[in-house]
Amino acid sequence: MIPQTFAYKKAHTIDEALALLRAHGDDAKLLAGGHSLIPLMKLRLSTPELLIDIGGIRELTEIREQDGRIELGALVTHRMIEFSTLLKQKCPVLPEAAALIGDPQVRNKGTIGGSLAHADPAADYPAVMLALDAEIEATGPDGSRTIAAREFFQGLFTTALRPDEMLTRVRVPAMPPRSGAAYLKFPNPASRYAVVGVAAFVKLAPDDTCAEVRIGITGAAPAAFRATRAEEQLVGRAIDDRTLTAALEDLVDPDDLLSDLAATAEYRAHLCHVLTRRALRQAAERAHS
Amino acid sequence: MEARSYIGVPVRRVEDRRFVTGQGRYTDDIVLPGMLYAWIVRSPHAHARIRAIHTEKARQHPGVVAVFTGKDMLDDGVGSLPTGWQIGSDMKEPPHYALAVDKVRYVGDGVAVVIAETKAAARDAADLVEVDYEELPAVVDAAEALKEGAPLVHDEAPGNLCYVWELGDREATDRALATAHHITKLEFVNQRLIPNAIEPRSAIGHYDPGRDELTLYTSSQNPHLIRLLLSAFVLKVPEHKVRVISPDVGGGFGSKIFHYPEEVICAWSSRKLGRPVKWTAARSESFMSDAHGRDHITTAEMGFDRDGRIVGLRVRTIANLGAYLSTFAPGVPTWLYGTLLAGQYKTPHIHVEVKGVFTNTTPVDAYRGAGRPEATYVVERLVDLAAHEMGIDPAELRRRNFIQPDEFPYQTPVVLQYDSGNYEGALNKVLEMADYEKLRAEQKRAREEGRLIGIGLSCYIEACGLAPSKVAGAIGVRAGLYESAAIRVMPTGKVQVFTGTHSHGQGHETTFAQIVAHELGIPLEDVEVVHGDTAEIPFGMGTYGSRSLATGGSAIYRALEKIKAKARKIAAHKLEVAEEDLEFRNGQFIVKGTDRAIGFGDIALTAYVPHDYPDDLEPGLEENAFYDPANFTFPFGAHLSVVEVDPDTGKVKLLRYLAVDDVGRIINPMIVEGQIHGGVAQGVGQALLEGAVYDRSSGQLLTGSFLDYALPRADDLPSFEVGHQETPCPHNPLGAKGAGEAGTIAATACVVNAVIDALYHLGVRDLPMPLTPERVWRAMRGLPTDGAAS
Repeated sequence: MIPQTFAYKKAHTIDEALALLRAHGDDAKLLAGGHSLIPLMKLRLSTPELLIDIGGIRELTEIREQDGRIELGALVTHRMIEFSTLLKQKCPVLPEAAALIGDPQVRNKGTIGGSLAHADPAADYPAVMLALDAEIEATGPDGSRTIAAREFFQGLFTTALRPDEMLTRVRVPAMPPRSGAAYLKFPNPASRYAVVGVAAFVKLAPDDTCAEVRIGITGAAPAAFRATRAEEQLVGRAIDDRTLTAALEDLVDPDDLLSDLAATAEYRAHLCHVLTRRALRQAAERAHS
Repeated sequence: MEARSYIGVPVRRVEDRRFVTGQGRYTDDIVLPGMLYAWIVRSPHAHARIRAIHTEKARQHPGVVAVFTGKDMLDDGVGSLPTGWQIGSDMKEPPHYALAVDKVRYVGDGVAVVIAETKAAARDAADLVEVDYEELPAVVDAAEALKEGAPLVHDEAPGNLCYVWELGDREATDRALATAHHITKLEFVNQRLIPNAIEPRSAIGHYDPGRDELTLYTSSQNPHLIRLLLSAFVLKVPEHKVRVISPDVGGGFGSKIFHYPEEVICAWSSRKLGRPVKWTAARSESFMSDAHGRDHITTAEMGFDRDGRIVGLRVRTIANLGAYLSTFAPGVPTWLYGTLLAGQYKTPHIHVEVKGVFTNTTPVDAYRGAGRPEATYVVERLVDLAAHEMGIDPAELRRRNFIQPDEFPYQTPVVLQYDSGNYEGALNKVLEMADYEKLRAEQKRAREEGRLIGIGLSCYIEACGLAPSKVAGAIGVRAGLYESAAIRVMPTGKVQVFTGTHSHGQGHETTFAQIVAHELGIPLEDVEVVHGDTAEIPFGMGTYGSRSLATGGSAIYRALEKIKAKARKIAAHKLEVAEEDLEFRNGQFIVKGTDRAIGFGDIALTAYVPHDYPDDLEPGLEENAFYDPANFTFPFGAHLSVVEVDPDTGKVKLLRYLAVDDVGRIINPMIVEGQIHGGVAQGVGQALLEGAVYDRSSGQLLTGSFLDYALPRADDLPSFEVGHQETPCPHNPLGAKGAGEAGTIAATACVVNAVIDALYHLGVRDLPMPLTPERVWRAMRGLPTDGAAS
């Protein structure tokens, strides 16, 4: 309820934030919306000595279109994503997923950068980032680098970010013609985090077979992952019941999945099947229309 | 002109303006000069011996004023928290000290308190208190606790058994079941719940050394009882030197009835330090230290004859009481449970046996409904399941067994004498509201399309309006359960009403004011309801058991009768007529057959400026009344729910919920409807979402926050369809029965019955609550549900 005493510094630029991060190392934490970090601090599960508040770095609060991709600054809130006209037109699955996060208060404060960097295994965005093949921009002392979403989520609360880097931007593709995406979430009745969340992206070939497909699954395992085996089975085939049944047979291995109060690994595996099937169907329908 | 009626009118709640504008004043809002802050060091272990407590480092922390342990309090003569309900002469009552002395017995048991100038300093220093624990094996499940060789929670209670209690005729019941045509049997757990009032508990001890007076502010439903227990039993200081104030309280659901350790800690340490001491629970402390509810393991068998008439009911329950006896804990799974097992039915023979058991868990006590939801669950699940097993429509099977309207007063085989009721009337009404026949047809059609729709019923009765004091005494309650009221009419005709009940969400400030305004014929704005302060209110037994209107309202009514009788004497004197020549109407005493009258305001002024006044009458207009009810009240009703189960995931969606309740005469229908809504939401919560889970080996509370403990939210619930039937209570002056618990008592069984109704054709006859998607999914596939996540 009351965090351990900590120091607080406000960074006004990315460089200032990086300098502070370099000077204080593991003792410091970046503070964006604070909706993951502050609760952990109140329970004293996280006890940083310094909070570097990056909330005032204005250049990281924009959503803009650039070279066929939509670029989101790390400080863009879930609420801004939920209501972004640009995203609703060019990449509607992202606002749809954002609308499922927490409640309005959380969505008003929480940021996409904070959520991705925190890498909660049950967060919603990771599945969508994987399905969209998003790029995550990390900035460190030597400048910026781009990390593919599938390389980014490495384990429980663990990402490809280096200790001296901060997540600065996220880039998702504008949806190409004859493509569709969907995110379906089976929420934990208590926390409303995903017990399992599945994002699917489908691009259809002229003959309505599946030209490109990506499946991102969150909540099920210690880190969000791509269901590549199933993806491979689907390419070149029409998305129908028979194809889906065959392709999803090997979707996940329950031995790799989490078991907790909300669901056993066995049930999570089942939910992965049900939700992936539904998400693929929905994505394919959207690709058609 | 007719008097403006305030009875049966949905007057907007007068207290809501301050609540919705953030101007409520709760215990934690109170800041006193020189106030200190307490933080309680709690046991991380479910069961451990305390070898030593090292407090030196904590004492040296900046801002820390004192660190106390259980031994400090014991050495100072502080007593054990008493139990207010005795079950049998052999009940085991091990001591319950505010801070543990030699052993800790559940995760969250207090071991020390750090008191500092700021809350942050107290919190920081709490980490510096070093407790040397010798961990002991723990037991959290009540059935496990009864087994040979189970860890012993208290040396005073061999086998962890607090008591064995039984009610009814064992032999007659056994005989009836032995010859029954059909027996329906269920073995189930009525799971433990965590109440989660929106306001965490809070207390401030404020000792005034000059007057040698102690004031305790506490988020309690029951200030007078807390004063009695704290002064006479725990601190052993004179009762008149203790004042207890319960200001605005943000919900309780029973969990704030009881006398808690933190109240003792704040009161005692304020006396020691001569400064006010405040404690407010963090939400995680609420989860582990507020008394929990339910937690029964039950085997129940109901026998039927060839025609579907109930011939007998046998119930065996193991009730988990937790690590210590909370204030009313022993009575909840016994008298408040066993006596309701007849339900609405003519069950000739009933026998119930309950074992109360200690475990290494948070104490369990009354939670909204308190024993009656558990009893309703037994009866209504059995009747519904029997209907499925015998191939009789569940509504029809109930009809065959209802006590009929002409059979009242009806003596059940389990003590209670029901005074009134029309059970079939309520059932018929809810079936009509739902269009039952059409629903069944829709269900059939949906099933053909592969959709799983279920319809559930729950016909409940409750005994509330607690309670006739003689009966309370006969069943071991160590208190009377009457209620008190005082009416103070001021010289300007404005009225203060002092009630010993306590409002923590129920809207008493409105409902009670309506009664007074109606009876005195004055505007509602002229009435102020005062509650929650032992210095202002003569006495009181607090609010729980749906008692406030039936007992507290009746006490107010009695006091009003005295006010009106005295006012009549004054009016007769002023108008120079005999009292019997006057009628009281519209706030005026009128000389019958004339237009000569005197208003209530003039009478009030005369009472306080008695220049022209009867010789033999005392000045002033203020009256007290104590009201002891003649019987319990017996609200009842019929609820119906419709659910749909996702065949792929097992997720249950509640599509409709209909309630027809007979809570007697209604003063404010909007408030009653709100109570039904809230109660139903909590009952649905138990059926589908809520459940406290302890780790069986470590005794850790795994559902210790809202991340893991699921309360129902708006999007879990449909819009409720509420109807009423009004059969006035025959034995209290208001005809009121009580509405606070009805929804919770009915809803749990109602929703579970609906889900089983959706799945019965798949071979599912029962499911453990809460009915999580995984459990439902497993059951649909014939997999064991005990392997499921909670």
